[in-house]
Amino acid sequence: MEKIICACGHSNPYGTKLCEKCGRPLTEEEKQNKVVDMRYDGMAIRSKTYNKSFVDKIWNFFSSVKVGISLIITTLIAASIGTLLPQEFYVKASDMEKGAYYADVYGTFGKIYYKLGLSDLYSSWWFQILVGMLAVSIIVASLDRGIPLYKSLKNQRVKRHESFMKRQRIVAEGQVTASAEETLDKVAQKMTEMRYSVRRDGSALLAEKGRFSRYGPYINHVGLIIFLSGVMLRLVPGFYVDESIWVREGETRAIAGMDGYFIENRDFVLETHDNTPQGEQVKQGVNVVAKNFQTDITLYKQPDDALPGDTENLEKVKDYSIRVNHPLKEDGFALYQMDYRLNELKQMNFELINKTTEKSLGEVEIDLTNPKKEYDLGNGSSVQILVYTPDFDGFENGEPQTKTSIPNNPAFLFKMTTPETPEGEVSFVEIMQPPLEPLGENKYRMKFAAAEMRDMSGITVRKDSTIPILFVGGVIFMIGVAIGSYWNHRRLWLQVEPDGRVLMAAHVNKNMFSMKKDLDAVTTFAALPSYNDQLEKDEAGEESTNGGNKEKEGDNTL
Amino acid sequence: MSLIDISGNLLFVAFIAYLVATLLFGGSIKQTNATGKNTGRWGQLAIVVTIIGFLSQLGYFITRWIYTGHAPVSNMFEFTTAFGMFIVGAFILIYFIYRLTALGLVALPVALLIISYAAMFPKEVSPLVPSLQSHWLTIHVITAALGQSILAISAVAGLIYLLKVVDLSKPSKQRFWLEAVMYCLVVVVGFVAVTSTFSAMDYESSYNYVDKEGTSRKIIYNLPPIFGMNEYEVVEEHGMSPLVEMPALINAKKLTTVVWSLLVGSILYLLIRLIARRRISAIFQPLVKRVNLQLLDEVGYRSVLIGFPVFSLGALIFAMIWAQIAWSRFWGWDPKEVWALITWLFYAAFLHLRLSKGWEGRKSAWLALIGFGIILFNLIAVNLILAGLHSYA
Repeated sequence: MEKIICACGHSNPYGTKLCEKCGRPLTEEEKQNKVVDMRYDGMAIRSKTYNKSFVDKIWNFFSSVKVGISLIITTLIAASIGTLLPQEFYVKASDMEKGAYYADVYGTFGKIYYKLGLSDLYSSWWFQILVGMLAVSIIVASLDRGIPLYKSLKNQRVKRHESFMKRQRIVAEGQVTASAEETLDKVAQKMTEMRYSVRRDGSALLAEKGRFSRYGPYINHVGLIIFLSGVMLRLVPGFYVDESIWVREGETRAIAGMDGYFIENRDFVLETHDNTPQGEQVKQGVNVVAKNFQTDITLYKQPDDALPGDTENLEKVKDYSIRVNHPLKEDGFALYQMDYRLNELKQMNFELINKTTEKSLGEVEIDLTNPKKEYDLGNGSSVQILVYTPDFDGFENGEPQTKTSIPNNPAFLFKMTTPETPEGEVSFVEIMQPPLEPLGENKYRMKFAAAEMRDMSGITVRKDSTIPILFVGGVIFMIGVAIGSYWNHRRLWLQVEPDGRVLMAAHVNKNMFSMKKDLDAVTTFAALPSYNDQLEKDEAGEESTNGGNKEKEGDNTL
Repeated sequence: MSLIDISGNLLFVAFIAYLVATLLFGGSIKQTNATGKNTGRWGQLAIVVTIIGFLSQLGYFITRWIYTGHAPVSNMFEFTTAFGMFIVGAFILIYFIYRLTALGLVALPVALLIISYAAMFPKEVSPLVPSLQSHWLTIHVITAALGQSILAISAVAGLIYLLKVVDLSKPSKQRFWLEAVMYCLVVVVGFVAVTSTFSAMDYESSYNYVDKEGTSRKIIYNLPPIFGMNEYEVVEEHGMSPLVEMPALINAKKLTTVVWSLLVGSILYLLIRLIARRRISAIFQPLVKRVNLQLLDEVGYRSVLIGFPVFSLGALIFAMIWAQIAWSRFWGWDPKEVWALITWLFYAAFLHLRLSKGWEGRKSAWLALIGFGIILFNLIAVNLILAGLHSYA
């Protein structure tokens, strides 16, 4: 593509709007404008210059701010749809029953919602593609504009052509009575006082402040991209572990996902506030407010040379109390107090007694997670456990069935042998039920004596190696946003001819209010001609004609 | 007098001060010069009273904090009151940058409505559940609320902008929607009026009903029931019986509250229209006749610029840090989280539209109002309607 040669002799790249050197408008459009578009200081923007090849078209699509905004709005609307009904991961139903759950609880709407996959919207392919496109748009748009803008701001000339200055929003023209040199000195002095950096070139002066704020948006976009790449890294194996385990009091268990580590639950503590219920509590029928959920644990580690499954020689790592908001952190992992179950049966004691005399022949203590096959009571009596169902759920084909392996409703088929009944008697015993005697009337029975309970803690095991990346992304984003929002780029161009003719122009990317304060100060101090805001009249004109919403390209920008 | 009583009284003083300041701002408008900047004594008095009110409310906040032992932002009453306070704070900040008295005329009534709304929730001090027992409660909630209140000022500026520029003499979409905004404000007044009236009468009706999981529950209505819960049975009823029974999916008690507010709000609105014989927008229009539009637009934009980073920090970054500590994941697509993200995306779109498409003035003002609508939706609807981890109140 050919270069554009400006009247000043400078050769500009194709697509340039304002000469890089003197600022003369180069395109017909800019020549027509009363106030030039200063968004990228008139530099050639790739997406606004080329539109021939396939790559150009893709590039132009993603660099378009219009497309970017459409993507933001689409993501926003999609995200809001996902909050209409609870998402699947908050629904307490197994995967199989979820469809039925939505249909039952939310009716036809719930059924459609589930069928359309809206109940798992945020992990759907199309939502992720949407976010991906947003990321591509951020990258392309930033490169498209950020690089030319950087080049332009870095290579600014002090002296600009009159046609450039007169097309700025703020323009002043007139005569000064003092000498040219004196006026320039005074302006330089005042502007320096207001912390502008001042450069001079003969009769021209450029005072500039806060240029770095123009890079704020690009910095925050970099932060967002780092954040999003961090999120994507979680898909790489090893970066992200999410497991959960149940540990009973007194139990030592291998920690799922955390190889070589073992956890012992020493005690689970549930504390409640001892206040009298009031206000909202009464309304919701809540009697107590939980104060603390805590599991006192000991963390163990296998020695490095141990075989997998060797739990004999565990090394103690530390004691810790895991509470909500206070996870245990070790070796990049964190263990969270997430759930609990109170009073699970741990042990049941039975006495073997003679039905008629009520005389006891001894007691058996059955560990419900690990019952023995046979208990010898001495004196020639013994009790055998023929069948044990931890969570008895009725008979099927004469066989007792268990629902789960958790001892919620233990039941036993005992065989009791005594000197009096050497062949043994069979009895089926279930909690709170009279024993069944399937093989005829027995002389002896197992009498419930005692039970021991214990609590269980639900612990979530989490490792997320992407957190540092996300954190860095977040910090860079915040720095960028702060720079772009709390500072602004102010520039003042001034030319004083030897005969006292003054031409002044000013530009600010945002916050014209503060810029005008600076202008007022310097105008008074150096006795400059008063300035004119070329957009102010336009605005007033537009509003007085009322409803005249003509499309207007923004000037304040990035 | 115990600390909690002092706290309550300070809040009351603040409320009265805001009310007085609103009237003073109204008075000052008539003395405002053509640039829209305040020079009159009324304006000075108004801002002094506003600051007294703010300090008094800050006193409420601090005394309640000392009494409860945690930052008073843990339930609907506490959070919403604090939100109202921060709006006044943000207004004072913006006032001292731009000296625009007209802002007070809208910012203070908005804060008053928000604080009155807050007062309709139980004010008792309740202990914290384990997941809230963290310094991040203070850090996250206060920063997020601050960000939201600064963003709210842009809606205040936007509303004044529209009141001035929208032509009320002939029908248009803008005229309709502007009046709709006014109507919404009146509905909030309706809510406060009907709730406080029946609460002063100690009204209660109770019912047994069956919830959507099929469990039998009891519910107490504090307003006369218009809608009945699913398969309700009367336990104790006063005044009227429910007119319609609702399916289990719909909380008929909340629906009753909404309908009562709409009813009373509409009656109030009609009364205002009948007495004034013009639109509410038209009542306010003369008051903002002389404000400088460009300055208003600038205030609206600037408050988004100041508020957006604060909101990002509080509602997203601090939120994620705390979520990682308390819930083991920094992001879980909980409705409140999603709506914070939506708010953030919306203001990001606002900034991009303004920068590259030149959406200034009118369009920017409408966007600011929609943004505030989203913030209120996140405060009210998400907490009370959409179930999630944030439904503490």
